[in-house]
Amino acid sequence: MSPKDRPSPQQQPASIEDTAALLRELVAHLRQNRTQLREEWARRITRAQLLTAMTTEEIFAEATSVYDNYVEALETGTFEALQAYARNLSERIIPRGVETHEVVGIVLLLRDVLARSLFAKYHEDFEKLNRILDAYEPAANRIANTVAVGFVQERERIIRQQQEAIRELSTPVLQVRERLLILPIIGVIDPQRARQLTEQLLRAIRTNRAKVVVIDITGVAAMDANVANNLVQTVEAARLLGATVIVTGLSPEIAQTLVTIGVDLSEMATVGDLQGGIEEAERLIGYKVLPLSETTAST
Amino acid sequence: MEVPILKQGFYLIASIQSALTDADLSQLREALVARVGKFRARGVIVDVTALDVMDSFAVRTLRDLAHMTRLRGAETVIVGIQPEVAFAMVQLGLTLKGVATALDLEEGLVFLDRQVKARSDHV
Repeated sequence: MSPKDRPSPQQQPASIEDTAALLRELVAHLRQNRTQLREEWARRITRAQLLTAMTTEEIFAEATSVYDNYVEALETGTFEALQAYARNLSERIIPRGVETHEVVGIVLLLRDVLARSLFAKYHEDFEKLNRILDAYEPAANRIANTVAVGFVQERERIIRQQQEAIRELSTPVLQVRERLLILPIIGVIDPQRARQLTEQLLRAIRTNRAKVVVIDITGVAAMDANVANNLVQTVEAARLLGATVIVTGLSPEIAQTLVTIGVDLSEMATVGDLQGGIEEAERLIGYKVLPLSETTAST
Repeated sequence: MEVPILKQGFYLIASIQSALTDADLSQLREALVARVGKFRARGVIVDVTALDVMDSFAVRTLRDLAHMTRLRGAETVIVGIQPEVAFAMVQLGLTLKGVATALDLEEGLVFLDRQVKARSDHV
């Protein structure tokens, strides 16, 4: 929007006081034309088909508060309030499916709308317009930046939170019998997950006073030396708490890899499948599961 | 700080109450190895519930202690290792190989009872 032939030397002498005075003038202008400008803005948002997830009234309400925060940031030159507002706004609109490009789009639209109004106001005094724009543009760009960054940060925060939740959900430690836990592992084990898994298992051993733990890795597709070592560490740590670990469900591929890469699993008790593992565990704890017919026959 | 050693039937119970210096640990080891003979103990329980750190010296001392008491006729079981401590230990490669462990004092007693019973059945 800046004219290519702008006389650049004129930018230099503009001192800080000048910029402040110009910004004051600018803010007064924006306050004066508040109703008209934000209506124009809301209209352009609708026309550009942004924020389609929200109703026209909602867009107008949000536009009003964004507008006021925008003008305030221009006036005070501080961005904390705007940052907080951007975070708050993002928190509200992200669950409704508003995309990054929409948020950036509306802020840029507001910038354009305001710039247009400045052109209209100062079109007779090109010199003045230039100086006003010099004051306005950096501030406006910074505002756009602040809002966009705030939005993206909020999104990333939500994504992190969800990852955390998924990870928590993906490693349930289940008690199947008094003092017998099973830990089914499904999916990829990375070092971080292995760590979390071990910590969760150790806590569960303590709270459930578990004697035997069956770790089922039927759902683990591949295993390398690191993952195998993590598994060995988990087994050792569980032993330090006095629990025996039985690993079940090693697939043929995993068995081949482990032997080929030479991981020492001699310390680890392994059983073919989960059923066998639970039976073995019951034997260790001292249970014997019999069909009802047999128990009645024997008594 | 000296660790009190209690006698409970055939067993000796050493309950560590606070962080120990290396000297305290060595002293504990010597005292237990001596008393196993004096009291004709069949089992030793070392309760480390109160420890939130186990360094390599502590682990080695406990392992030596277990092997020494075994030579003098008593099985040693370490009880009450905290989950965080266990995790840190395996990360450092300190795994107390060949030493019995149990969740807490109660489990340790159950373990020793079974151990002693198995041995007397055997005789």
